[in-house]
Amino acid sequence: MLEQQLLNALTLGSVYALFALGFTLVFGVLAVINLSHGALFMVGSYAALAMVTRLHAPLWLAMLGAMLVSGTLGLLIDVLILKPLRLRNAPHLIPMIATIGVSIMLTTTAQGLFGAEAMRFPEETLPAGEYLIGDVHVRALEIAIVLISFILMAVMFTILKRSQLGRALRAISESPKAAWLLGIPVERLFHATSFVAASLGGIAGVLIALDFNAITPGMGQPMLHKGIAVIILGGMGDIRGALIGGLFLGFAEVISKAYLSSQMGDAVAFGLLFLILLVRPAGLFGRQLERKA
Amino acid sequence: MAWFNDFWSTYSTLVFTVGVHGMLALSIWLTLSCGLLSLANAAFMGIGAYASALLTLQLGWPFPAVLLAGGVAPALVALVIGVPVLRLSGVYLAMATLAFGEVVRITVLNMDITGGPEGLNGIPLATEGWHIVLLLGLTIYVLHRLRRSKVGRAFESIKEDEVAARLMGIHVARYKLLAFVLGSFIAGVAGALNAHFTFFISPREYGFENAVDILTMAVLGGTSGLVGPILGGTILTLLPELLRFLHDFRSLVNGAVLVLVVLFLPKGIWEPRRVRAWWNRRSQA
Repeated sequence: MLEQQLLNALTLGSVYALFALGFTLVFGVLAVINLSHGALFMVGSYAALAMVTRLHAPLWLAMLGAMLVSGTLGLLIDVLILKPLRLRNAPHLIPMIATIGVSIMLTTTAQGLFGAEAMRFPEETLPAGEYLIGDVHVRALEIAIVLISFILMAVMFTILKRSQLGRALRAISESPKAAWLLGIPVERLFHATSFVAASLGGIAGVLIALDFNAITPGMGQPMLHKGIAVIILGGMGDIRGALIGGLFLGFAEVISKAYLSSQMGDAVAFGLLFLILLVRPAGLFGRQLERKA
Repeated sequence: MAWFNDFWSTYSTLVFTVGVHGMLALSIWLTLSCGLLSLANAAFMGIGAYASALLTLQLGWPFPAVLLAGGVAPALVALVIGVPVLRLSGVYLAMATLAFGEVVRITVLNMDITGGPEGLNGIPLATEGWHIVLLLGLTIYVLHRLRRSKVGRAFESIKEDEVAARLMGIHVARYKLLAFVLGSFIAGVAGALNAHFTFFISPREYGFENAVDILTMAVLGGTSGLVGPILGGTILTLLPELLRFLHDFRSLVNGAVLVLVVLFLPKGIWEPRRVRAWWNRRSQA
């Protein structure tokens, strides 16, 4: 029983972490809380669904397609909305509000195009295998979800920690102006970050949609709340924190749902978050609070 | 007067809602004017709505007392959570208040006395048009006087530069708490008014989306004065009604308006300097 719950928690937590990774990346590099990240997540799952059902694409191709669609949207948001606001030096509240508008637009469009009813992937397109390890039922799907999440996260970590590109991004997150003076193409990297972050959100959407096999226009909203919880747990803009925070939230949620009540599971997550903010404002694993946050 | 009666019977709820939204937008304006980005106002509205509805339904309190209690209940909560929470600033404060809002929503969802997810039904109609006009007017008057008072100037200096304000001898923590508690009081009264003309309240109305809606009203209208939030509240209440013909795509316009205003009218729709410039140009022509 407990092992089964732990497996569920791992599956859920790894997707949370993947989602939060993109969310925290945008905050770290662009210093924007992108509240349309949940909507981009939702768009990813609809994009994959459309490719599977209308174009009869295999699932792996649909996942790539979803990353491309969400990523392109993320890029467009940066070019059309966030960039003008950056040039104007708008206070940090303003880009956040603009992304709320984007989120409303995307959610409404999805609802208009696909309806409010939950949609599903056709049974035959899902990986079907199921294994019994000890007493634990492991679906091939769950293995795939965990593997894909961890591989993508490993790739991101390697790029951010080891490559020249990652060093450039970290320089920007310290100070965009200083990075620019050092000859780093700051604008181009802002665009790239927006694309990558949104595509991570998009594939997280496909993975969640596969796990629960339900896609709705509103699915991004609760995910966004969880993303916020995760990046606060892990420290905002902290990449490693997103991973730990995501897994932690997955476990906290599954365990409290199993042993407390199904509804209070969410309250536990947010109550915890609230307490952590009071005790450690920069998150559990965060560094010192920014000087002028 | 016949046309008026027709109009009123169809649209009175809408007009009431405009007033309530005006108060909510002012409640968040107050905290913003002290430099605090708090997203707890929807939760405070909910606490006010539930407290007042329960007092009416269970104890049969008279309406004025109920309204007062609807403001006092969230103000007490704000007083308790304000002390630790207001040590945070900027984005962290926004996130903490958001988390608080979710905790309130989920708690209400799981309590028996609040009716859980079904909410409270059959709240008697007690709010009348003049109640809303009076209370909205009172809010505007108090806030207008406040702005020009010592307190309002203290808020403004904290918003501009907290360190400088402290150096000038302003008790920053105390003033922040005052703004937070007053804002929650206004939001709570608005919630109580709202509960007594919609017959029905449920936890769904006080979640994250609503907190964001309230913030949007203030930012859309403009936060430099008191006119902006009220204008923003009015527009965001009426717009969905005017766009009924768009059916499923109607909220699309809401989102687009938000993005366009942020991009092209950075200080909101009502920006005194621009409005004055426009007025002068017109009168010269």
